[in-house]
Amino acid sequence: MAFDVPHAGGTVPHAIEVTGLRKRYGDIVALDDVGFTVGPGELFGFVGSNGAGKTTTMRIMLGVLAADAGEVRFDGTPIGRETRARIGYMPEERGLYPKMTVRDQLIYLARLHGLATNDAHAAAENWIRRLGLADRRDDEIQKLSLGNQQRVQLAAALVHDPALLVLDEPFSGLDPVAVDVMSEVLREKAAHGVPVVFSSHQLALVEGLCDRVGIIRDGAMVAVGSIDELTADATTRLRVSVESAPGWADGLEGVRVVSANGGATLLELAPDVDEQAVLRAAMAAGRVTELSRHRPTLAELFRNVVVEGNAQ
Amino acid sequence: MTSAAAVRLVAQRELVLRLRTKWFLIGTLVIIAVMAGYVLLQMSVFGDEDRSRIGFAGQATGLSERVATASAELDIDVDTTTVTDVAAAKAQLSDGALDAVVTGTAAEMRVLVKDGLNPRLRAVLTGLSRQEVLTAKLAEAGVPDPARVMAEANAAQVTVTAIEPNGTEDGQRLAIGAIMAFLLFMSINAYGTLVAQGVVEEKASRVVEILLATIRPWQLLLGKIIGIGLVGLIQLVAIAAAGIALALAADVLTLSGVAVGTLVWGVVWYLLGFFLYAALFAGSGALVSRQEDAQSVLTPVTMVLVVGFLAGFNVMIADADGTAARVLSLVPLLSPILMPGRIAAGDVAAWESALAIGLTLAAIALVTYLGGRIYQNAVLHTGSRMKLAAALRG
Repeated sequence: MAFDVPHAGGTVPHAIEVTGLRKRYGDIVALDDVGFTVGPGELFGFVGSNGAGKTTTMRIMLGVLAADAGEVRFDGTPIGRETRARIGYMPEERGLYPKMTVRDQLIYLARLHGLATNDAHAAAENWIRRLGLADRRDDEIQKLSLGNQQRVQLAAALVHDPALLVLDEPFSGLDPVAVDVMSEVLREKAAHGVPVVFSSHQLALVEGLCDRVGIIRDGAMVAVGSIDELTADATTRLRVSVESAPGWADGLEGVRVVSANGGATLLELAPDVDEQAVLRAAMAAGRVTELSRHRPTLAELFRNVVVEGNAQ
Repeated sequence: MTSAAAVRLVAQRELVLRLRTKWFLIGTLVIIAVMAGYVLLQMSVFGDEDRSRIGFAGQATGLSERVATASAELDIDVDTTTVTDVAAAKAQLSDGALDAVVTGTAAEMRVLVKDGLNPRLRAVLTGLSRQEVLTAKLAEAGVPDPARVMAEANAAQVTVTAIEPNGTEDGQRLAIGAIMAFLLFMSINAYGTLVAQGVVEEKASRVVEILLATIRPWQLLLGKIIGIGLVGLIQLVAIAAAGIALALAADVLTLSGVAVGTLVWGVVWYLLGFFLYAALFAGSGALVSRQEDAQSVLTPVTMVLVVGFLAGFNVMIADADGTAARVLSLVPLLSPILMPGRIAAGDVAAWESALAIGLTLAAIALVTYLGGRIYQNAVLHTGSRMKLAAALRG
């Protein structure tokens, strides 16, 4: 007997490809050739300044907005109404029916996404329990705290067991506990093969959570890749601490002192400079207590490509 | 999911959620209670005037059935009872529990009353007495079967042709028509406004974006209109049926056929009128993103309804079959209120009904196209109020 290992949660891995999206509003170019791919089980962080085009891109993916050009493919075929029903979506502007109870709301949304009545009930109860809303299930949404409304919003995106998650700013407005719950749920969905696309301004969170990121600026993608890939081509920075030898690195060839703070000096090396040579120079100057390769954070990377890009 | 399934789901949500609200039940009950109060008032003013309670004593006891039958033929309501104690019966006459006490034989009836006998009842009793005497005289004259002769004589009737067949019922018919027109106006206005508020609620709470990521705008709009329309229909039928039942039971209303016919036409015209106005209300609602702004865009639609209702209602009351009423009842936005009113109060030719329905259906097609277009273009627009022209262009 062939033994098929079912994917946990019953989901099958899927991939989504966004290619060549363009969108204009009158004279304003909102999107200019936006494209990226999110593979099965991949957590994709979508970052950019306000108004850069993240929400527009996501709304086009959901078919809420029509693109002027470009396409969104799901498992290789252009995305259509049937496929969109399998996306879990959290729009930037949060909202549910204020006068519906948590449970009725989730059942209704599950059924709208094509679940049978019984499955919809079971799924609603499951997410209510998972997200700690059990004692709130028969309350109207408008009577919940903002944090709990956010949890219901996440449940609404997950209740139909989506094959793809598109979440616009899922972490905004969450307390630290809810951030952990949200992160855990996203990791779990990804582990089941679901591609997860989410936007966020909390870059540290994106860096910790995502497999790959895409940075968008003024409607165009300026960087797409894993954080390692994106930071690899950045110039090498070394952090060196040398006891009682101020100015030891001044004048070293191909080395720029970015900052000197007490004994610790942050250096930026030109591409052809050997870090062993720098170490030897440091040891010659005094007792070396620390030497580490300084990896730029996503925030620094973002600042480089977005802020400095804007300055040009 | 199929379109039908999507529309049904949306309609079901609207229906269940709104039927469950407290105000729906309370509102419906209050309206029915007000109507019941009105009917009771009518009853106490006009109700018991014609009803007579007659007691039969002694030999006359056997006459009670014949008196009841003869009275019924003349549309006189009588209650008959048997009286054993004439002295007690007199007391009942004095305090009004009885209107008349009949004693004696059929040929020589004696009637005891408090202060006077209802002239119509007197005619009934006199007629019976005369029949009895005549039957006896016929037998005396040697006629073989006097009862048969009397039966033939009684069967003879005059033929009445009315120049205005419904003339005598005009008052009741006009009342039915006016009440129906008013109910339709109220229902279309109230439930049309609910459609608009529902659209604004979805926009204001932003839930529309989640909905439109899985179903199409027209499915959402149609489901909403059907769901809310059904709630209104249930209320309209409940109120109208309760009103008719109450009025019939209390004898304020005697034209049950006209009333039921009006209700049936009322349902038809409610559906036509609601669909016509719902698309207008929905399109208008879609232009704004906040409940606070809703009133400003709904006012024009409501004004058309109110002005149309007031003008049409007065014209109809004045003369339900006059030229003004006939012309206005063919105008699509007014037909749903005036046509059913005229059908009750006046004489509407079949072609007029058909033409009005045809014109209204055409108007529904046009208005739904425009309203649906505005809705599709404006429903995801957030922020400031959207200009009508921009919403139509898309």
